[in-house]
Amino acid sequence: MRATGKVLLAGVIVLATSLVTGCGERSQVVAYESGKYQGKTDTRPWENSPGAALYTTSKWTGGDKTSWETALRTRNQGQNEYSRTE
Amino acid sequence: MARMKFLCDAERCIECNGCVTACKNENEVPWGVNRRRVVTINDGVPGEKSISVACMHCSDAPCMAVCPTDCFYRTDQGVVLHDKDLCIGCGYCFYACPFGAPQYPQEGVFGMRGKMDKCTFCAGGPEKDLSKEEFTKYGSNRLAQGKLPACAEMCSTKALLGGDANVVADIFRQRVLKRGKGSEVWGWGTAYGKPDNPQAQPPQRIGAKS
Repeated sequence: MRATGKVLLAGVIVLATSLVTGCGERSQVVAYESGKYQGKTDTRPWENSPGAALYTTSKWTGGDKTSWETALRTRNQGQNEYSRTE
Repeated sequence: MARMKFLCDAERCIECNGCVTACKNENEVPWGVNRRRVVTINDGVPGEKSISVACMHCSDAPCMAVCPTDCFYRTDQGVVLHDKDLCIGCGYCFYACPFGAPQYPQEGVFGMRGKMDKCTFCAGGPEKDLSKEEFTKYGSNRLAQGKLPACAEMCSTKALLGGDANVVADIFRQRVLKRGKGSEVWGWGTAYGKPDNPQAQPPQRIGAKS
Protein backbone atom coordinates (compact mmCIF):
# COMPACT_ATOMS: atom_id res chain seq x y z
CA MET A 1 0.00 0.00 0.00
CA ARG A 2 2.81 2.33 0.98
CA ALA A 3 4.79 1.45 -2.19
CA THR A 4 1.73 2.07 -4.33
CA GLY A 5 1.35 5.51 -2.76
CA LYS A 6 4.98 6.33 -3.58
CA VAL A 7 4.57 5.25 -7.21
CA LEU A 8 1.40 7.30 -7.45
CA LEU A 9 3.15 10.34 -5.99
CA ALA A 10 6.05 9.94 -8.40
CA GLY A 11 3.59 9.67 -11.29
CA VAL A 12 1.86 12.87 -10.23
CA ILE A 13 5.19 14.70 -9.98
CA VAL A 14 6.30 13.52 -13.44
CA LEU A 15 2.93 14.52 -14.93
CA ALA A 16 3.01 17.96 -13.32
CA THR A 17 6.61 18.55 -14.44
CA SER A 18 5.86 17.56 -18.03
CA LEU A 19 2.82 19.83 -18.09
CA VAL A 20 4.82 22.81 -16.82
CA THR A 21 7.59 22.07 -19.32
CA GLY A 22 5.00 22.05 -22.11
CA CYS A 23 3.74 25.46 -21.06
CA GLY A 24 7.25 26.89 -21.15
CA GLU A 25 7.93 25.77 -24.72
CA ARG A 26 9.78 28.41 -26.70
CA SER A 27 8.80 29.67 -30.14
CA GLN A 28 10.41 27.76 -32.98
CA VAL A 29 10.40 30.78 -35.28
CA VAL A 30 13.78 32.46 -35.48
CA ALA A 31 13.76 36.23 -35.30
CA TYR A 32 16.53 37.45 -37.59
CA GLU A 33 18.31 40.54 -36.41
CA SER A 34 21.06 42.48 -38.08
CA GLY A 35 24.36 42.14 -36.34
CA LYS A 36 26.32 45.04 -34.99
CA TYR A 37 28.65 46.64 -37.50
CA GLN A 38 32.20 45.47 -36.89
CA GLY A 39 34.08 47.56 -39.43
CA LYS A 40 35.78 50.92 -39.56
CA THR A 41 33.91 54.14 -38.84
CA ASP A 42 32.97 56.33 -41.77
CA THR A 43 33.19 60.09 -41.97
CA ARG A 44 30.03 62.04 -42.73
CA PRO A 45 29.66 63.79 -46.06
CA TRP A 46 28.85 67.22 -44.61
CA GLU A 47 32.05 67.24 -42.61
CA ASN A 48 33.94 68.09 -45.78
CA SER A 49 34.14 71.61 -47.04
CA PRO A 50 32.76 72.32 -50.54
CA GLY A 51 36.26 73.11 -51.79
CA ALA A 52 37.54 69.62 -50.92
CA ALA A 53 36.81 68.35 -54.44
CA LEU A 54 37.07 69.82 -57.90
CA TYR A 55 34.06 70.95 -59.91
CA THR A 56 31.69 71.16 -56.95
CA THR A 57 28.95 73.68 -57.56
CA SER A 58 27.00 72.95 -54.36
CA LYS A 59 27.58 75.40 -51.53
CA TRP A 60 27.43 74.48 -47.87
CA THR A 61 29.29 75.16 -44.65
CA GLY A 62 31.76 72.44 -43.65
CA GLY A 63 30.37 70.50 -40.67
CA ASP A 64 26.86 71.95 -40.98
CA LYS A 65 24.48 69.12 -41.80
CA THR A 66 21.47 71.37 -42.46
CA SER A 67 23.24 73.48 -45.05
CA TRP A 68 24.57 70.33 -46.76
CA GLU A 69 21.07 68.86 -46.95
CA THR A 70 19.73 72.12 -48.35
CA ALA A 71 22.48 72.13 -50.98
CA LEU A 72 21.60 68.58 -51.98
CA ARG A 73 17.88 69.33 -52.14
CA THR A 74 18.61 72.29 -54.39
CA ARG A 75 20.74 70.11 -56.63
CA ASN A 76 18.01 67.45 -56.63
CA GLN A 77 15.72 69.90 -58.44
CA GLY A 78 18.07 69.59 -61.41
CA GLN A 79 16.33 66.25 -62.04
CA ASN A 80 12.96 67.97 -62.26
CA GLU A 81 12.58 69.29 -65.78
CA TYR A 82 9.31 71.03 -64.89
CA SER A 83 11.12 73.32 -62.48
CA ARG A 84 13.76 73.95 -65.14
CA THR A 85 11.39 74.78 -67.99
CA GLU A 86 8.42 76.47 -66.32
CA MET B 1 16.87 63.83 -41.89
CA ALA B 2 17.43 63.11 -45.53
CA ARG B 3 16.82 59.53 -46.61
CA MET B 4 18.37 58.70 -49.94
CA LYS B 5 16.40 56.62 -52.43
CA PHE B 6 16.31 55.73 -56.11
CA LEU B 7 13.13 55.76 -58.19
CA CYS B 8 12.95 54.53 -61.78
CA ASP B 9 10.06 55.66 -63.95
CA ALA B 10 9.28 52.71 -66.24
CA GLU B 11 7.22 54.97 -68.54
CA ARG B 12 10.32 57.00 -69.33
CA CYS B 13 13.19 54.49 -69.36
CA ILE B 14 14.29 53.87 -72.95
CA GLU B 15 16.88 51.19 -72.13
CA CYS B 16 19.75 53.37 -73.30
CA ASN B 17 22.03 52.03 -70.52
CA GLY B 18 23.33 55.54 -69.92
CA CYS B 19 23.02 54.98 -66.15
CA VAL B 20 25.07 51.78 -66.39
CA THR B 21 27.77 53.57 -68.36
CA ALA B 22 27.76 56.56 -66.02
CA CYS B 23 28.19 54.26 -63.01
CA LYS B 24 31.00 52.30 -64.64
CA ASN B 25 32.81 55.47 -65.62
CA GLU B 26 32.32 57.35 -62.36
CA ASN B 27 33.42 54.50 -60.10
CA GLU B 28 35.83 52.75 -62.47
CA VAL B 29 34.06 49.47 -61.80
CA PRO B 30 36.06 46.44 -63.02
CA TRP B 31 34.99 44.30 -65.94
CA GLY B 32 32.33 41.76 -64.99
CA VAL B 33 30.94 43.76 -62.08
CA ASN B 34 27.69 45.60 -62.74
CA ARG B 35 26.59 47.80 -59.91
CA ARG B 36 23.66 48.94 -62.00
CA ARG B 37 21.86 47.30 -64.93
CA VAL B 38 18.76 47.83 -67.01
CA VAL B 39 16.13 45.08 -66.94
CA THR B 40 13.54 44.89 -69.70
CA ILE B 41 10.28 43.02 -69.27
CA ASN B 42 8.53 41.64 -72.39
CA ASP B 43 11.51 42.61 -74.53
CA GLY B 44 10.54 43.09 -78.16
CA VAL B 45 6.82 42.93 -77.45
CA PRO B 46 4.76 46.11 -77.90
CA GLY B 47 4.39 47.73 -74.50
CA GLU B 48 7.72 46.48 -73.16
CA LYS B 49 8.94 48.15 -70.02
CA SER B 50 12.48 48.80 -68.86
CA ILE B 51 13.71 49.65 -65.42
CA SER B 52 17.13 50.48 -64.06
CA VAL B 53 18.07 48.35 -61.05
CA ALA B 54 20.84 48.61 -58.48
CA CYS B 55 21.07 48.39 -54.70
CA MET B 56 17.82 49.84 -53.35
CA HIS B 57 19.42 50.76 -50.00
CA CYS B 58 16.66 48.96 -48.14
CA SER B 59 15.44 50.31 -44.82
CA ASP B 60 15.51 46.75 -43.45
CA ALA B 61 18.28 45.33 -45.60
CA PRO B 62 18.43 41.50 -45.79
CA CYS B 63 22.12 41.65 -46.71
CA MET B 64 22.83 43.23 -43.33
CA ALA B 65 20.85 40.51 -41.57
CA VAL B 66 22.67 37.57 -43.15
CA CYS B 67 26.25 38.85 -43.24
CA PRO B 68 28.35 36.55 -41.02
CA THR B 69 31.08 39.15 -40.54
CA ASP B 70 28.69 42.08 -39.91
CA CYS B 71 30.47 44.23 -42.45
CA PHE B 72 27.37 46.25 -43.44
CA TYR B 73 26.28 49.55 -41.96
CA ARG B 74 23.70 52.21 -42.75
CA THR B 75 24.69 55.87 -42.92
CA ASP B 76 22.66 58.74 -41.48
CA GLN B 77 21.18 59.23 -44.95
CA GLY B 78 19.93 55.64 -45.15
CA VAL B 79 22.63 54.48 -47.57
CA VAL B 80 23.65 50.84 -47.05
CA LEU B 81 27.43 50.49 -47.27
CA HIS B 82 29.95 47.81 -46.33
CA ASP B 83 33.54 47.45 -45.21
CA LYS B 84 35.52 45.52 -47.82
CA ASP B 85 38.28 44.82 -45.31
CA LEU B 86 35.86 42.59 -43.40
CA CYS B 87 34.07 40.99 -46.37
CA ILE B 88 35.02 37.35 -46.90
CA GLY B 89 33.16 36.95 -50.21
CA CYS B 90 30.87 34.22 -48.89
CA GLY B 91 27.97 35.27 -51.12
CA TYR B 92 25.26 35.14 -48.44
CA CYS B 93 24.25 38.73 -49.22
CA PHE B 94 23.86 37.81 -52.90
CA TYR B 95 21.38 35.06 -52.02
CA ALA B 96 19.53 37.32 -49.58
CA CYS B 97 19.22 40.35 -51.87
CA PRO B 98 15.97 40.35 -53.92
CA PHE B 99 17.52 42.73 -56.48
CA GLY B 100 20.78 40.90 -57.22
CA ALA B 101 22.73 43.96 -56.16
CA PRO B 102 25.83 42.36 -54.62
CA GLN B 103 28.46 41.65 -57.27
CA TYR B 104 31.68 39.67 -57.12
CA PRO B 105 34.79 40.05 -59.23
CA GLN B 106 35.56 36.69 -60.84
CA GLU B 107 39.30 36.49 -60.89
CA GLY B 108 41.92 33.76 -60.67
CA VAL B 109 42.19 30.30 -62.14
CA PHE B 110 39.00 28.94 -60.63
CA GLY B 111 37.02 32.17 -60.87
CA MET B 112 37.54 32.69 -57.17
CA ARG B 113 34.92 34.95 -55.68
CA GLY B 114 36.50 38.17 -54.44
CA LYS B 115 35.15 40.76 -52.07
CA MET B 116 31.60 41.90 -52.65
CA ASP B 117 31.02 45.11 -54.59
CA LYS B 118 27.76 47.00 -54.92
CA CYS B 119 26.18 50.38 -55.54
CA THR B 120 27.22 52.85 -52.86
CA PHE B 121 24.76 55.59 -53.86
CA CYS B 122 28.02 57.33 -54.84
CA ALA B 123 28.76 57.70 -51.12
CA GLY B 124 32.13 55.94 -51.01
CA GLY B 125 32.85 53.74 -47.99
CA PRO B 126 34.54 53.56 -44.61
CA GLU B 127 37.76 55.27 -45.60
CA LYS B 128 38.78 58.92 -45.44
CA ASP B 129 36.41 60.88 -47.65
CA LEU B 130 37.70 61.68 -51.14
CA SER B 131 40.92 59.74 -50.49
CA LYS B 132 42.66 57.46 -52.97
CA GLU B 133 41.94 54.43 -50.76
CA GLU B 134 38.25 55.20 -50.73
CA PHE B 135 38.11 55.56 -54.50
CA THR B 136 40.09 52.36 -55.10
CA LYS B 137 37.89 50.24 -52.83
CA TYR B 138 34.47 51.81 -53.16
CA GLY B 139 34.52 54.29 -56.01
CA SER B 140 33.53 57.92 -56.11
CA ASN B 141 32.10 59.76 -53.09
CA ARG B 142 29.83 62.28 -54.76
CA LEU B 143 27.72 62.94 -51.67
CA ALA B 144 30.80 64.32 -49.93
CA GLN B 145 31.17 66.65 -52.90
CA GLY B 146 27.60 67.90 -52.59
CA LYS B 147 26.55 65.90 -55.65
CA LEU B 148 24.03 63.11 -56.25
CA PRO B 149 24.60 59.67 -57.85
CA ALA B 150 26.06 59.88 -61.33
CA CYS B 151 23.51 57.45 -62.80
CA ALA B 152 20.53 59.60 -61.81
CA GLU B 153 22.17 62.87 -62.78
CA MET B 154 23.24 61.49 -66.15
CA CYS B 155 19.88 59.94 -67.08
CA SER B 156 18.88 61.53 -70.37
CA THR B 157 15.13 61.05 -70.00
CA LYS B 158 15.19 61.64 -66.25
CA ALA B 159 13.59 58.22 -65.79
CA LEU B 160 15.99 57.46 -62.96
CA LEU B 161 15.63 59.82 -60.04
CA GLY B 162 17.96 59.69 -57.06
CA GLY B 163 18.31 61.78 -53.92
CA ASP B 164 16.33 62.73 -50.85
CA ALA B 165 13.27 60.50 -50.87
CA ASN B 166 10.88 63.37 -50.17
CA VAL B 167 12.24 65.48 -53.03
CA VAL B 168 12.27 62.52 -55.42
CA ALA B 169 8.66 61.68 -54.49
CA ASP B 170 7.62 65.30 -55.08
CA ILE B 171 9.26 65.36 -58.51
CA PHE B 172 7.57 62.11 -59.50
CA ARG B 173 4.19 63.23 -58.15
CA GLN B 174 4.35 66.47 -60.13
CA ARG B 175 5.32 64.53 -63.25
CA VAL B 176 2.49 62.03 -62.96
CA LEU B 177 -0.07 64.78 -62.39
CA LYS B 178 1.16 66.61 -65.50
CA ARG B 179 1.26 63.69 -67.85
CA GLY B 180 -1.77 61.74 -66.64
CA LYS B 181 -1.95 58.00 -66.41
CA GLY B 182 -2.47 54.90 -68.52
CA SER B 183 -3.29 55.75 -72.14
CA GLU B 184 -2.92 59.46 -71.39
CA VAL B 185 0.82 59.03 -71.02
CA TRP B 186 1.41 58.12 -74.64
CA GLY B 187 -0.43 58.97 -77.81
CA TRP B 188 -1.08 61.79 -80.24
CA GLY B 189 -1.90 64.39 -77.59
CA THR B 190 1.30 63.77 -75.65
CA ALA B 191 3.47 63.70 -78.76
CA TYR B 192 1.98 66.64 -80.69
CA GLY B 193 0.11 68.62 -78.05
CA LYS B 194 -3.50 68.55 -77.05
CA PRO B 195 -5.95 70.67 -79.09
CA ASP B 196 -7.04 73.96 -77.51
CA ASN B 197 -10.68 73.23 -78.23
CA PRO B 198 -11.29 69.49 -78.36
CA GLN B 199 -14.96 70.00 -79.30
CA ALA B 200 -14.13 71.95 -82.49
CA GLN B 201 -14.92 70.21 -85.79
CA PRO B 202 -12.74 70.49 -88.88
CA PRO B 203 -14.07 73.14 -91.34
CA GLN B 204 -16.42 71.73 -93.98
CA ARG B 205 -15.53 72.29 -97.63
CA ILE B 206 -18.09 74.27 -99.57
CA GLY B 207 -20.12 71.97 -101.73
CA ALA B 208 -18.97 68.86 -99.97
CA LYS B 209 -21.60 66.22 -99.42
CA SER B 210 -22.27 65.51 -95.77
